[in-house]
Amino acid sequence: MTETANPRFLRPLSAPGADAGKAVNFGPDKPLMLDCGRTLSPFSIAYMTYGTLNAAKSNAILICHALTGDQFVASEHPVTGKPGWWTMMVGPGRPIDTDRFFVICANVIGGCMGSTGPAEIDPSTGKPYALDFPLVTVRDMVRAQAMLLDALGIETLLAVVGGSMGGMQALQWAASFPTRVRAVVPIACAARHSAQNIAFHEVGRQAIMADPDWKGGDYQSHGTRPSKGLAVARMAAHITYLSEAALQRKFGRNLQNREALSFQFTPDFQIESYLHHQGATFVDRFDANSYLYITRAMDYFDLAEDYAGHLADAFRDSPNRFCIISFTSDWLFPTAENKRIAHALNAVAAKVSFVEIKTDKGHDSFLLDEPEMFDTVRGFLNAVASADGLA
Amino acid sequence: MNGPSNLRAELRADLAAIAEMIPNGARVLDVGCGDGALLEHLVRTKKVDGRGIELSQQNVNACVARGLAVVQGDADSDLAEYPDQVFDFVILSQTIQATEKPSQVLEHMLRIGRQAVISLPNFGHWRVRLALLFGGRMPRTRALGYNWYDTPNIHLCTIADFVDLVRENGAVIDRALALKGDSVAGDVRPDSWGPNFAAQGAIFLLRKN
Repeated sequence: MTETANPRFLRPLSAPGADAGKAVNFGPDKPLMLDCGRTLSPFSIAYMTYGTLNAAKSNAILICHALTGDQFVASEHPVTGKPGWWTMMVGPGRPIDTDRFFVICANVIGGCMGSTGPAEIDPSTGKPYALDFPLVTVRDMVRAQAMLLDALGIETLLAVVGGSMGGMQALQWAASFPTRVRAVVPIACAARHSAQNIAFHEVGRQAIMADPDWKGGDYQSHGTRPSKGLAVARMAAHITYLSEAALQRKFGRNLQNREALSFQFTPDFQIESYLHHQGATFVDRFDANSYLYITRAMDYFDLAEDYAGHLADAFRDSPNRFCIISFTSDWLFPTAENKRIAHALNAVAAKVSFVEIKTDKGHDSFLLDEPEMFDTVRGFLNAVASADGLA
Repeated sequence: MNGPSNLRAELRADLAAIAEMIPNGARVLDVGCGDGALLEHLVRTKKVDGRGIELSQQNVNACVARGLAVVQGDADSDLAEYPDQVFDFVILSQTIQATEKPSQVLEHMLRIGRQAVISLPNFGHWRVRLALLFGGRMPRTRALGYNWYDTPNIHLCTIADFVDLVRENGAVIDRALALKGDSVAGDVRPDSWGPNFAAQGAIFLLRKN
């Protein structure tokens, strides 16, 4: 096992001065056992940390990122040059206060920001893995995170926090490693991916695979990139992150840079050019095969299935404190799905808080300025930290 | 939203009386915990393992921001999820008259907890009786200040009525305290005529027989 100062990035850096973080490289002695039955070895996990680990190693908080997120939660992104994706939540004086807590955020296995994924070179062939990369699951992601913590010498986390797919990982942490974590904060997520959500993911995957530049997944060897397909996948997905009300409020039927309809298929409406922009900027930072693998991991997520269909059994005798947060206008991971988790936790008398926040901003709310979410997370973590004797 | 909890001078008298019944370190479920005043008091002063259920999402959010373990839900539909005998005390303060099925709620409380604490307004109080007798209209009192058409209190009862319900559910009354105005008047014999006439409300400590 070795640690490298900088992970290897697939994309050129537009902010070479930004802190690129570190990576732990697990050698043949530390293979990652995967749910699909295969093992991955060697492999790397790229990560960022913020704040200082205390002497007792009791103030570590793991943040799990969503489908297209990465480890740059609270600092400038070296590839895009943009600020961290959760700077309102994580940082000095923020609800997840880096003056108090030691925050770790790792790129998931299968990702494309330095952790081993389908775009990395397969040492057994010398070529990129592409579709030879094994299918990974949310549980595999969590297993890899636990190995990272072992490597960092951290036995117990004060909390695991994540939104969307990050929330799935937080739930999986509670189920897989209940004694290695004190508190669990799953935000805007579900204990299983719904049929509708699987359907949207399949649309995205088909868009990528229909792009002639995808080349059966082997686009790196051909020197091409399925940018059009990946952009369409992102556009379709992005609609699911918003709400009808927010789209109407922000864009309505407003026209983009024109006074009248063009009677052509160029983007007339603001919403069209907004989606085009979302698609175009996404392909600059994300790998198409990674998108296939990570969406699949979410599709496969059904925590109850590992417990004969009884979600409550995933949390039986759990020593963890839970804080579940949902948003009223989130139709991708609606309140009903979040409440299902709360009900399962009640059924085993687990220590659970459940908060639903009123907003019209849809699923993306967890990434946005939602003061009630910040108050909730701050209050919850304060209670957990003081129960744990942290100043 | 409520202000910071340290500004709350003291606990309402009926809540303080309930708090006195709870021993240190008990496992407590407060059903209809409101803004969390009682729960927070119990967690702070008695180090209880406390949980809450509250109907109003705004109250829930305020409770969680204060570090309390509270979920949004209601007594009628959500108590059924909890397993048997996992709490030492299940508290229902000034809420049973607003539930759809008070008998079922009581049954669940006695199933989930070893003991139940229930406080309720007394519709048998003499002012209520006089208001109906001489006013000829649905009584509106300080404790029950709603018009008949907009009241959430759909299942009002007298102390005597409640005592009957407790017995029908096979439970016993360990303690009964009378509430008068803003204060607690002390222990009373729940099946005597006096408290049902003179008390504006009561607090019961119950357990399954």
